[in-house]
Amino acid sequence: MNAVLAWLTDPANWHGQDGIPVRTYQHLLYSFVALAAASVIAIPLGLWVGHTGRGRFLAVNLTGGLRAIPSLGLLFTAVMVLGPVLHGDAGIFVPTEIVLTILAVPPILAGAYAGVEEVDPAARDAARGMGMSGAEVLWQVEIPCAMPLLASGMRAATLQVVATATLAATVSLGGLGRFLIDGLGQLDYPQMAGGAVLVALLALLVDLAAATLQRVVVSPGLTRKTGRSIRFRPRRAPVRAT
Amino acid sequence: MQWIFEHLNDIGYYAVQHAWLAGLPLIIGLVISIPLGWLARRYRGLYTPVVVGTGLLYTIPSLALFILMPLIVGTQILDPLNVVIAMTIYTVALLTRTVADGLAAVPESVVASASAMGLGRVRRLFTVELPLAVPVIAAGLRVAAVSNVSIVSVAALIGVPQLGSLFTDGFNRDFLDPIIAGVIACVLLSLAFDIVIVVVTRWLTPWRTA
Repeated sequence: MNAVLAWLTDPANWHGQDGIPVRTYQHLLYSFVALAAASVIAIPLGLWVGHTGRGRFLAVNLTGGLRAIPSLGLLFTAVMVLGPVLHGDAGIFVPTEIVLTILAVPPILAGAYAGVEEVDPAARDAARGMGMSGAEVLWQVEIPCAMPLLASGMRAATLQVVATATLAATVSLGGLGRFLIDGLGQLDYPQMAGGAVLVALLALLVDLAAATLQRVVVSPGLTRKTGRSIRFRPRRAPVRAT
Repeated sequence: MQWIFEHLNDIGYYAVQHAWLAGLPLIIGLVISIPLGWLARRYRGLYTPVVVGTGLLYTIPSLALFILMPLIVGTQILDPLNVVIAMTIYTVALLTRTVADGLAAVPESVVASASAMGLGRVRRLFTVELPLAVPVIAAGLRVAAVSNVSIVSVAALIGVPQLGSLFTDGFNRDFLDPIIAGVIACVLLSLAFDIVIVVVTRWLTPWRTA
């Protein structure tokens, strides 16, 4: 325990290219890129599925089925298949980001389509009755009303990606996972455990930030903080598997 | 693919280890979650702390939790017990809320009828409330089972043998076959867990025809 604390407080570990700040930055960078890519793919797709009701069966099964595939196996496969095709650092970075993106898509997709699907039909009809066009209904009624579930899907995806980004170190990429993997390789328990503490802390902080953001983006009209209330049934966020 | 057929014995051994490491925590976790979920349901003030607390445990990435286990419980780093305890923590984190929500979904009138028939709190819980909460709990258990099977494979990195060992083995030798075999075996194993849970649920809830 003391050795772990000593490792964490050693100034030498807080400097340079393999220092804690740089590793944290890399970890967040990998996570952010994957989340951005997954959002670009999954949010429009999920809104479309929810809005039109088309492809729902596929979306549900894709979401459930992807969960069963072990991320470590997926990561190794991606790096071994794509690595030789791409050149240099991209040979590791690109497959890793692809895997992280694949893991982030299901929760976001599920949040988006379930969110739109759960919108009170009365609210949608009222919007139509007011003369709103399909696009207006989507942007001004369905998306705001879908926000609680969409945001919780984003939060679950964030958690999943930040956790899995730890594994990037196993394919010789950076991130906080480096301390865990290097520590294992060198049988250096303080480094391993110190790194593990940092990874756990980062995951907690990111989840806290996501929870705060979730509150900000959800309209107060949906959480009954105003007098009028629209039906809002909270649903469990999809689950991470790493 | 030749490799897979030549190594079916090894794959089988890893699959059995994997099933233990993922399945045992599922059962222990369920046994722990029932009283915790009941407490969270019985005393409303406890619901938020219990749900938030177990939720926080779930945010800890698996590799980090495996490595921190020796520090917390004093085991050796290679001890499979680390994996069992860590997976139990994840299972409890997922199931406690499910149990609380499942108990909350039991109709008030049914609970009141049971009390009126003279059932005490404990008997009412085991003979009326829990059986009616089985479908909800089973749904949570299915999620936990799939998630456990996937997470356990990460334990290969800390040298605990199971299907994930096929991933590290294949990656170290730059050989894809073991990795593919491992992925397929993991998916089949989680499918098997899923089927077992569905069958047991049907058996426990004979009044549901669907």
